[in-house]
Amino acid sequence: MTASFLIRRIGYGLLLMLGVVVLNFLLIRLAPGDPAVVIAGEMGGATEEMLESIREEYGLNKPLIVQLGIYVGNVATGDLGESFFFNQPVATLIAQRILPTILLVVTAQVLSIAIGVFLGVLAARKPNGVMSAFVSVFATIGYAVPVFWTGIMLIILFASVLPMFPVEGMQSVKLRDASLFVQMLDILHHLILPAFTLAIIYLAQYARLSRASMLEVLGSDYIRTAKAKGASERSILFKHALRNAALPILTVAGLQFGNLISGALLVETVFNWPGMGRLAFDSILRRDYPTIMGVLFFASAMVVIANILTDMSYRLADPRLRGKG
Amino acid sequence: MKLMSRLFGAAAFAALSSTALPAFADGGTLVIASTQVPRHLNGAVQSGIATAVPSTQIFASPLRYDENWEPQPYLAKSWEVSEDGLTVTLNLVDNATFHDGEAVTSEDVAYSIMTTKANHPFKSMFAPVESIDTPDAQTVVINLSSPHPALLLALSPALAPVLPKHVFDDGQDIKSHPMNATPVGSGPFMLEEFKPGEAIVLKKNPNFFLEGRPKLDEIIVRIIKDPSALLIAMENSEADMYPFMAGSQEIRRLEKADHLTVTADGYAAVGPINWLAFNTATPKLSDVRVRQAIAYAVDRNFITKALHRGVSAPQRGPIIEGSPFFDASIPAYDTDLDKAKALMAEAGFADGMELTIDYIPGPKEQQQSIAEYMKSQLKKIGIDVTVRAAPDFPTWAGRVGGHDFELSMDIVFNWGDPVIGVHRTYLSDNIRQGVIWSNTQQYANDKVDTLLNAAAIEIDPEKRKALYSEFQQIVGTDLPVYWINALPYHTAYDAKLQNVPTGIWGSMHPLDTVSWGE
Repeated sequence: MTASFLIRRIGYGLLLMLGVVVLNFLLIRLAPGDPAVVIAGEMGGATEEMLESIREEYGLNKPLIVQLGIYVGNVATGDLGESFFFNQPVATLIAQRILPTILLVVTAQVLSIAIGVFLGVLAARKPNGVMSAFVSVFATIGYAVPVFWTGIMLIILFASVLPMFPVEGMQSVKLRDASLFVQMLDILHHLILPAFTLAIIYLAQYARLSRASMLEVLGSDYIRTAKAKGASERSILFKHALRNAALPILTVAGLQFGNLISGALLVETVFNWPGMGRLAFDSILRRDYPTIMGVLFFASAMVVIANILTDMSYRLADPRLRGKG
Repeated sequence: MKLMSRLFGAAAFAALSSTALPAFADGGTLVIASTQVPRHLNGAVQSGIATAVPSTQIFASPLRYDENWEPQPYLAKSWEVSEDGLTVTLNLVDNATFHDGEAVTSEDVAYSIMTTKANHPFKSMFAPVESIDTPDAQTVVINLSSPHPALLLALSPALAPVLPKHVFDDGQDIKSHPMNATPVGSGPFMLEEFKPGEAIVLKKNPNFFLEGRPKLDEIIVRIIKDPSALLIAMENSEADMYPFMAGSQEIRRLEKADHLTVTADGYAAVGPINWLAFNTATPKLSDVRVRQAIAYAVDRNFITKALHRGVSAPQRGPIIEGSPFFDASIPAYDTDLDKAKALMAEAGFADGMELTIDYIPGPKEQQQSIAEYMKSQLKKIGIDVTVRAAPDFPTWAGRVGGHDFELSMDIVFNWGDPVIGVHRTYLSDNIRQGVIWSNTQQYANDKVDTLLNAAAIEIDPEKRKALYSEFQQIVGTDLPVYWINALPYHTAYDAKLQNVPTGIWGSMHPLDTVSWGE
């Protein structure tokens, strides 16, 4: 892997993020609704003078292009502005929520890849067998069912009917003063339902993808050679076939990261998970422009970074790509 | 698969550890669940339930109120109103300190009232306050331009938090002051942590000036925006108290939980009224007979008993029925479709008319459902109603505040005294384009203006009541608004909790006597 490749990818990523910042700004400002009215409403109603002073205070009375210029300049210096609603720096609000989102998204990603690929490999073993049929049906259902519905069903089943898991949040407030170990277990306990909810849809995709990819690889000459040499089925599946079948899975995993973050928005809302997705959802309803743009900026940064990492891992996994610019 | 079994094992352990908490005796934690998100915690510059619940724990105020609308000592151990009603003197306790150790003085009280007057959206609360004298550290003399009978109620914790002058008076804009998110007060609980949109953690103030209080060690306000998740949290004892619950399904469901008590007490001063507003400036609705016809066509009892499953109470007038100023003889408009049709014909609309109705998006049961009911009900008297949805609150507020509506559902609070929450809807000098919850009906009646202005300065309670009675009779006939029901606010709480606040301000009141029973 050359340094110039990495620099070029980072350069593209930065350009992409600039585009995202400008596009987000314009799209959000084109949406109907006056944030001054929302802020005034939250304060219990206001006079026209108060509305004007709110617009003045938040720079909402300046021309759109001026507002855009100021915003891009501020973002370049690391200043994401202040939340209209909370009067606190957007960076502080995001900092409070980024770790829960990363925890949720990464857990869901790991769960969906691990379980999905495992199911896919099992299904590819006997393409006309029961497991293969199960994976196909499961993948179709997983694809079709909306993530918020899955979440609500899991809450009803595992938090209400069989109260095994907490219904919402990331930590039990009554365990705030417990030892670190108990608190970590508590977070894990809270994480299971939302992580599974988010993982299910992608798990189905990975299962289907790895099944197809494995079937293709299992028909190759070198697999036939391995079988002729007397290699065990386990060794053929996981050592020879899966390694080669993993490339498309890796590609999709990088692309799916953006989808996972948007899926997290719904899951966090359903489970009251204190992450960026919920902050984004609430901020949209409040017309809290700086916060929405701050969250989108961070989300796009996460996607860009994930894609760069995917490109890098792709080159690591496939020797044929190494040395190519 | 080993990993999975370990995961579940850990989860099971965590489940055990969370359910095996010891029963609370003295002290303990109270977890309050709320769907509402406070912007910050300074009730001096921010109205609304979301801020008032934590603000009344953090800040003390000059007075507090009991369940009979009687003022009780708090930071003021006594108070006197001069005979002409133009001076109110507060005598403060001498042992109150802020959470940072500084003493609470008359300077702080004077600063807080003037700050609230200048910045709180309820302008009428302290409008007649001209100046405040502080002859010594424990005496506050409030000088009024006119008698102001609403003043004592406005000195309640929900409306008049006493701010530390040495913290807030530093030249910064109080509305965006950074200390609004980390306030220092003199109330029974101190702020430990404020995670915007997530939780507020309050710890017991060990130096609270009322001896032996507070009883609890800690109050945690958990914000759970999804009502279904909140209900399960209450059922599973993950939260202990849920105030301001207004959904009939929620109320009926939590009533069935054995460990919970559900009460409608504690909302008398809030006075939340759900109503149908008429834009009286539009040609069709400028005729009082059309407005009366609509009132006769709508069945309030159907709404409260069927749509709201019996949890909400009918509301006949502009002043909440639990208030001492409510006049029960106000015209009730019992459903009478024949009379409604006759009034429509008299007004020249025998062939019917078309109208549009708006509603606040969000509280569906109180707003959208009633708007849809109106559509079917008003068809019976020849009115073809179009229900106009708004994608969000700002859109609705823009339409109604901008007077771009014909009929609209609305929810408006009385906020204790009529001067604070009622006058704003009916005074003709409060018709203000672009301002929601002003006189958006554009209703103007000189007699009503005279009566309300007289009631605002009348210090004799009986005479004041008579003025409000006359006002209610007039607006009851003019119908700028058709009042439907009181919002069915209920509080669900763990039955082991003692002294749950059921006074006129409910949980917008210091929870210093609340404790866990055996």
